[in-house]
Parts: sequence; structure tokens; C-alpha cells
Amino acid sequence: MGVSGASGVAPARISARGWGWQHSGRAAKAVHDLDLEIEPGERVLLLGPSGAGKSTLLHALAGVLGADEGADEFGSLLIDGASVAEARGRTGLMQQDPDSQVVLSRIGDDVAFGAENLAVPREEIWRRVPAALAAVGLELPLEHPSSVLSGGQKQRLGLAGMLAMRPGLLLLDEPTANLDPAGVVDVRDAVRNSLDETGATLVVVEHRVSVWLDVVDRIVVLAPEAAGEPGGVLLDGPPATVLAEAAGMLSAAGVWVPGHVPAVRPRTAVPAYDAGSHLLLGAEALAVSRAKARRGHPAVPAAVVPSVRIFAGQALSVTGPNGAGKSTLALTLAGLLPAAGGRLEATEALSRGAGGAPLKWRGRELISRIGTVFQEPEHQFVTGSVRDELLFAPRLLGQGGDKVDELLERLRLGHVAGANPFTLSGGEKRRLSVATVLAASPQVLVLDEPTFGQDANTWAELASLLTELLDAGTAVVSVTHDAAFTRVLGGDRLVLGAPAGDASVGDNHAPASARKAVQR
Amino acid sequence: MSVDILAQPRSRAWLAGANPLSKLGAGMAITLVLLASVDWVSATAALALELAVLPLAGLGAGLLLRRGWPILFAALVGGYGTALLAPKTGDMLLALGPLTFTTGSVESGVAIALRGLAIALPGVIVLASTDPTDLADALAQKLRLPHRFVLGALAAMRLVGLLVAEWQTLGMARRARGVGGEPGFFSGLKASLGQAMALLVQAIRRASRLAVTMEAKGFGAGPRTWARESTFSRRDAWVGAGGLAIAALAVGAAVVLGTWNPVLG
Repeated sequence: MGVSGASGVAPARISARGWGWQHSGRAAKAVHDLDLEIEPGERVLLLGPSGAGKSTLLHALAGVLGADEGADEFGSLLIDGASVAEARGRTGLMQQDPDSQVVLSRIGDDVAFGAENLAVPREEIWRRVPAALAAVGLELPLEHPSSVLSGGQKQRLGLAGMLAMRPGLLLLDEPTANLDPAGVVDVRDAVRNSLDETGATLVVVEHRVSVWLDVVDRIVVLAPEAAGEPGGVLLDGPPATVLAEAAGMLSAAGVWVPGHVPAVRPRTAVPAYDAGSHLLLGAEALAVSRAKARRGHPAVPAAVVPSVRIFAGQALSVTGPNGAGKSTLALTLAGLLPAAGGRLEATEALSRGAGGAPLKWRGRELISRIGTVFQEPEHQFVTGSVRDELLFAPRLLGQGGDKVDELLERLRLGHVAGANPFTLSGGEKRRLSVATVLAASPQVLVLDEPTFGQDANTWAELASLLTELLDAGTAVVSVTHDAAFTRVLGGDRLVLGAPAGDASVGDNHAPASARKAVQR
Repeated sequence: MSVDILAQPRSRAWLAGANPLSKLGAGMAITLVLLASVDWVSATAALALELAVLPLAGLGAGLLLRRGWPILFAALVGGYGTALLAPKTGDMLLALGPLTFTTGSVESGVAIALRGLAIALPGVIVLASTDPTDLADALAQKLRLPHRFVLGALAAMRLVGLLVAEWQTLGMARRARGVGGEPGFFSGLKASLGQAMALLVQAIRRASRLAVTMEAKGFGAGPRTWARESTFSRRDAWVGAGGLAIAALAVGAAVVLGTWNPVLG
């Protein structure tokens, strides 16, 4: 009993003629002179460099740009020959952040929400809700709380809510950028199932072409106005043709082209330590938890790690399924969370007189020893401009700002040095958050999913920078699902188990000659 | 890791099955009567009857104490203050220099403490037995409050739960930048203010993304239907009658025993 094409979904046609959009207060147009026809039922992957206006186009089609007062619109953008405002209910939009995808507390109510807004009769809504949940593979009780879902499940819940609205057009704005590999596949398959059942038109924006290659039948590449191009559509055609014609151009623009791994500076330095001499941080029987232990209620650890030792110049990748406690472990190692049990100690080589417990270090003591890059860059911005962000750590440490210009140059942030960090693009925010931590020259660098949602260029820059730091003797601990990233950094893997909470440790303190990625 | 304060499992208590509006009405009837008089008889009668109703709301003594201790504490402080400051009538009970308590002043203090508890308890009962989504449905469908406002508030309240986890993450993220951790009251205060600002920024950004989601789902324009119908049943008649009965018994007892002491007039 699926949501079938026979039950009232008419695929939508999109028609853009000389369409453009300028957000209020911006000097340049976000989209300029776009001519694009998308036939009903077509499945289109929309590519283009950062700033080409992909998200703006999607938001316009979803009819949610209207709130931007003072913005200027040019040309025409029609869905089924009507303006987007009149096409209310014809489209469904999925955004990048899974948490902002959910409106109500219980999944049944959340799926019903869109259909309610379209004034669908009650009996019909409760026929559609279970069918929509089944179509996205989310077969949970309708009373199930939406807050305990994983990121991938939240995205599928959002998709189910759209399906209950019976839209003729699905608009996906980087729907899998914040998901782990299993979540990516689940969401992609749920979208494909829904399309097969409803025949709806699809427009998806995503950096990683390979995810959608089997789903889409057309690729459209937008050109940014600022690149000196006329704007509008740069390339348009079947996936194989577009990729064959423009693989080089696309990967230069940061698109993840299938079969093309970005060039990364390889590791060169011979890791010349022997166990013990450059040990920075050691932990035994370390139990980690975000919950605070109360008297009589010891915190249930998210993970227990028998032994971790971190050496100068060592890359350690922490991997494992969702909920295995990877981020919690990283935060504990970084001196940000108290350990729920066991022992964690910094050696004298790292503590340099500040004491053996990183958790007890003052802010300025911490940043020059252990630097942590959070998954969400915005959480770490503390000033009003990019340059001030980079000066923040040196000022705290009483140093000059000599490194700042070098970092700006190195991470391609020079052109936005005066801008507010919150206004940067996703890739720029990621690069800035890494640069701000590096400005304090920490001996240990801890990164939580640094490559989530990044385009190929930022990915390659980040990986090259890290191999350089590793060769220079910085220890790099990264929590990551990104196998290619792990491979490039080399070093060891620490695999955290499933909810049981136990961990298996790769040959983590083996001598240099034996260090290699432990494949499991 | 998110904490959703609204996503508590739906209570299976008898009162949870009643319409939120009837519960609010019953609670208001009791509260209004108690506000009208300061005397220990009406307060005691109402309090005893309210405590008798607790099992219907699925509240045990332990859970009540854990959730309601601030109210108990406030009532005791209020009662003590009243006993200390009320007119010193009746026999002297205790005199410690400036601290004097008489039978009259202690009686006033006990009345104030009991009254405070009796007024607060209906609120606790209604909150514990009412699902926020049900309340929003009832407000919009039965009281005809604007649905944009009611559902917007409901969605925003869900985000409040997320803010708890966000505050913890922000604290760590900022410490990783070297903010805070310096000794001294003022640097600590400055760091907390900065963190509160950052939380506000994140809250606004998430709220605007949520608003886009809601708008993209067709929220806000035109008429809508309701997947969950808010209804009144026989149970609601019992709830309303129960509220009125508690209110009437409290007044009746006070009048019969001659302690009715109206605040106005």
C-alpha cells in the first residue's frame, strides 16, 4: 500500500526563464539569468561551485524565499506554469540539518503536519501517514519520540512528511551532508523508493556525485556570476556525458567526481619515534560519558577504552557506528569532559608543568597543548571577524599575530578577512575553525568529523595540512567515518564497538615500523 | 545527544485521558476559591482532596517531592515569614528577643503555607498529566486560538529541550578556544555572558531553519485540518465536576467552621 502515482501525484514541471535573485543587502546576485526547463518526472542533480546559487534556487522553488523583504527577483520561475507562490503544496524541501527537519515531538504527528497544513481530511491523513513511513523504511510506532532518532532517521522522517503531502516535486538541499555512510545510503534509498512509487520530479543538490549517480537521469551545472562567466547553466545533460566532458572542471570546482580522489600532499617524514619517548597522552580503562554521575547513580559510560596512547606525530582515527561514543571519547581526551572512570594522563612532554590532568588546565594552557575542532564550526566562533578569530589565540597566549597572515593565505581566507565568521560558506567556516585552533600551535589536534559535508577542495586542503602537521610532529586524533580521509592520514585506528560499549584498539602503541591502518 | 522535554512518554494516568481544557478549568476553579480567602480550613480541605486526586494523575509521593520541592520550600518560607510578621494575637508561644511567635501569628503562617501548597498543586497535577501537543490541539480547536501562534509556540518549545544539550556543547567548544577557565568572578561572568550570547545566536539560527521547514510544509497560509481531534468526553464532565466539588467543599468547610476570611472585603 504505497504512496503510488495512481493515487494523485502529478509530477511537476519547472520552467525558469531569465530568472535571477538578489538577496537584500547583497551587492551580487545569488542567481543570474537562469534558463532551465525540467520535465515532469525528471531526476536532476544540481551541481556548481560554492556560491553558484544552488540553495537559493531550491529555496525559491520551495516557495520559502518570499520572506526576504527587499530582495529583487528577475525573470520568471514557474512550477506547472504557475508562480511558485501559487504552487504551495506541490513541493517538498529537505534541508541539511536533520534537527531542523522535525517539527513535532512524535513521529506520527510530525508526518501528519504537512498534510494538515494542506487541509487534507483527517481520515485521509491517517491513511497516508503509515504508508509514508513505510515508504521511507521508518517502521516505528506512531507515538515514537522524534528526538531520539539518528540524523539519517530524522531526514527520512522529514521525507515521510513530504510524501504525506503528495508533492509533485522533491527538493533536496545537501540532504546527506551531515550523515554517516549508513545514513547516507538509507536516505538515498528512501528517496529512490519514493520516486519510484510516486513518479515525482527530483532536484537534488549535493557535492558527492557518486551518492546520487544511480538515481538521477540528468546533471545540471550552474556557473557563478562572479567567475566572469555569464551565469546561468554551464553544463546540462545525462550524467555520463556531463561527467565525461567536464570531470576536470567539476573536480577543480570542488565537486566529488566518482573515481576521482583529490590530490593530497603525502606523508613524507619517517615517523622516528620509539614507544615511550614521545608519548603525549595516555589512558587506561578510560570510561567516557556526557552524563554527570550523581551520588548513587553512576553515569552509564558511552564507551570504555582499555588503552589509548597518543604519540607526537601520530595519526589516530576513531571510527565505529553511531552512538558508539566516538565524539565523547574525543572530548574526554581533549580535556573538555571529565572521564567517567579510568585514568587519563598527560605526560610531561605535553603538560610542560601544567599538571597531568588536561581537564584541570586553564583555557590558555589548554589551547597551546590540545586543540579541538568541533563538528559544527559555528560553535567555536567567539569574535566578530575572521581576522579577530585568528588573532584570538595568539593574544590569549601573549604572542604577536605573525602566524595570522600565513594561515589566512594558506587556508584561502584572505578575501574574507574582515567578514563576520557566521556569513562564510560551509567550506570557509570549516577552514576557519581549523585555522583558529592551529593559531595556538597545539601539540595534539583533536577533530570531530572534520570532513562532513565538505567539497573536494576543502577536503584536500584539510588533509594536506594535516599530513604536514603530522610530519612536523603534531599528534592528530580524528573522529571520522571518512575512509579516504583515514587512508590519507595513515596511522592507527581505534574502532569503538556497537552499543555494548567495548572497544577494540588497533596496534596503537606499536613501534613506528609496524604502524599501519588496521583494517577490520 | 538531545533532550526533548516534550517527548516524555505519554502518561497512561486516568487524568491524561481528559481534555486539557477541562483540567485547566477544574484547576482554575480551585485556585480562584483559595485566592479568595486566607484561612487554614479551606486550604487544608482543598489540599487533602488534591492529594487524594494525585494517583489519577499518575503522581506518587516520591515523584511529587522530586518535581515539586521548590514549591514546598517556598510555601514553608512564606509560612515562616508570615508567622514572624503577622499581628501578635493570642498567647505567646515563643519569644527569642525580636523573634516572637503567638498562636495567632503561627495560625496565619500555617494558613499561608497550606494555601500556597493548595494553590500550586492543581498546576502540578495539570502539567504532569497533560501532553503539550494535546494542549496545543485543544487551545487551537476548542478555544479557537490562532493556530499559527499555538503551533509556532509548540514547535519553539521543542527547541528549548535542544538548547540544554547545545549549552553543554557550546561550553566545551568555547573552552577549546581558550575562553573561560580563568580565575576570578568577573572573567567567569564574562565567559558565561559570551556563552549565553552564542546560545542565543544558535537558537535564532535553528529557529529560522525550522521556520523554513514549517513554511515549506505549507504552514501558515490558508485553512488547515487537524489530524488529532480534540474532544470532550464523559471523563471531562467528571473532571469539571470534581474541580467544582473540591472548590465547594473547601469553601463549605471554612464557612461551617467559621474560619472563612475573605481577602476582599
